[in-house]
Amino acid sequence: MSEYWNDIFGGAKSLVVGLNITVRELFKPVITEQYPHEVPVMKPRFRGHIELTRNEETGGANCVVCGMCQRACPSGCITVDGVKPEGAKKKVLTTYTLDFTKCSLCGSCVESCAFDAIQFSKDYNLASTNKDDYIFDLVKRLEEKR
Amino acid sequence: MTVPIQCAPDETFVLNLGPQHPATHGVLRVKLTMDGEYVVKAEPVLGYIHRMHEKMAESGTFAQFMGNTPRMDYLSALSYNQGYVMAVERAAGIQVPERAEYIRTITVELNRISSHLLWFGAFVLDLGGFTPLLYAFDDREKILDLLEHVTGSRLTYCYYRFGGVYNDIDDDFITGTRAFIKRLRSRLPSQYHDLVTGNIILIKRLKDIGIISQEICRKYGATGPVLRGSGIKYDVRRNEPYSIYPELKFDIPCYKECDSMARYMVRMDEIEQSLRIIEQALDKLPGGPVQAKVPKTLKPAAVDCYANVEAARGSFGCRLVCDGDKGPYRLKLRSPTYSNLSLFGEVAEGMLLADALAFMGSLDLVIPEIDR
Repeated sequence: MSEYWNDIFGGAKSLVVGLNITVRELFKPVITEQYPHEVPVMKPRFRGHIELTRNEETGGANCVVCGMCQRACPSGCITVDGVKPEGAKKKVLTTYTLDFTKCSLCGSCVESCAFDAIQFSKDYNLASTNKDDYIFDLVKRLEEKR
Repeated sequence: MTVPIQCAPDETFVLNLGPQHPATHGVLRVKLTMDGEYVVKAEPVLGYIHRMHEKMAESGTFAQFMGNTPRMDYLSALSYNQGYVMAVERAAGIQVPERAEYIRTITVELNRISSHLLWFGAFVLDLGGFTPLLYAFDDREKILDLLEHVTGSRLTYCYYRFGGVYNDIDDDFITGTRAFIKRLRSRLPSQYHDLVTGNIILIKRLKDIGIISQEICRKYGATGPVLRGSGIKYDVRRNEPYSIYPELKFDIPCYKECDSMARYMVRMDEIEQSLRIIEQALDKLPGGPVQAKVPKTLKPAAVDCYANVEAARGSFGCRLVCDGDKGPYRLKLRSPTYSNLSLFGEVAEGMLLADALAFMGSLDLVIPEIDR
């Protein structure tokens, strides 16, 4: 019998304690971010998909087509190609394709790059029903950003 | 007159729990043979999310496997990251700078708290309480913000490198972490213990339910909070010390009741202990480099080594066999939840279905880590 009353008083106590906390929280400021009305600011170290960095002198890409990022990638998402114009010493980047459908954002490519040619972008609003939308032409992207 | 259909006591039926079920938190299927509301036999069926991580390790270089480690257990990704880098560091004989070890400890303990907070929320949700989940996620959000600030990602961190960490922590992280410790300490007694631990419904659902004896723990190789909830004081951080844990003061929470409530209490106490560890590590944080000089392509000699870490769910082991090549010859991953789940069938026999689900929640299962 005493257990019966213990349960009733214990239950009533739990109820009061729970309601007390709920009421206290009710008057605290809202913590939910009102996305999409409020857009989050990405942290400086945020690892989005990669993008090419610009060479301030030439205005083109920093990339020298060494292919280190392509070899470092565990999933084979990067395709780099370039041509060597006649008389030039270095190769010029012509193709830099990122297959974002395979990328797991490990950052091996950025770490392997010795020329600071690639960096993480701050893009996070990436949603599409079309797979081809995730094959990024990074050279074109760099030109568009100009 | 219609006669109600009655099952004879010896008449059983099969109930499929999962592979898509909210209570299994992933693609786990449990084939339950039921006698009315009672479980006669429970048989976990695994393999729905098997991704061949071990085989993937064999096909690439050491660094290329790094991105796979957080995908095994997405809730305490850093522990898995640490287990793997420790195995490779042992194979290649790399000495990690002291500051890097401290940073590893701080971040891994933050990750452990966030994992336990998520478990707390999801577990209480399984039992029918929704509000605690939101309080737990509010606190967990703070940890995710802190870790995003240093690692660049929110869930599948890939922060440790062979011989150190990816980048150094800054003052913002340190002040943010100290503020978080203060915040969680002030919220633990009210939002967690008053609201949930002392709640009569929770006590009635967990006390004396899902008794795992020490014998069963030993039989199946259970580790982590499951083992400590059964009265065996085993924690890799203390029993096989690694990193800077020998220099820090912390207790190993251990409960002898062996029931679901004991496992719940172990995890709640571990949150407090992790806060203690982080506080000490922040106080003692030395200066210096965060990355040792390591060749770009690792080529360790032919060795066979093992590294063991205490992840949020138990002991995670990495056995690495090298043959002198650029990548692992064989990498065996010992995940804690696989062993912890294995005992479910034996313990769940004779339980009520609702109790079996509460018991399953108390094991803290992460399915991608079971299947790997």
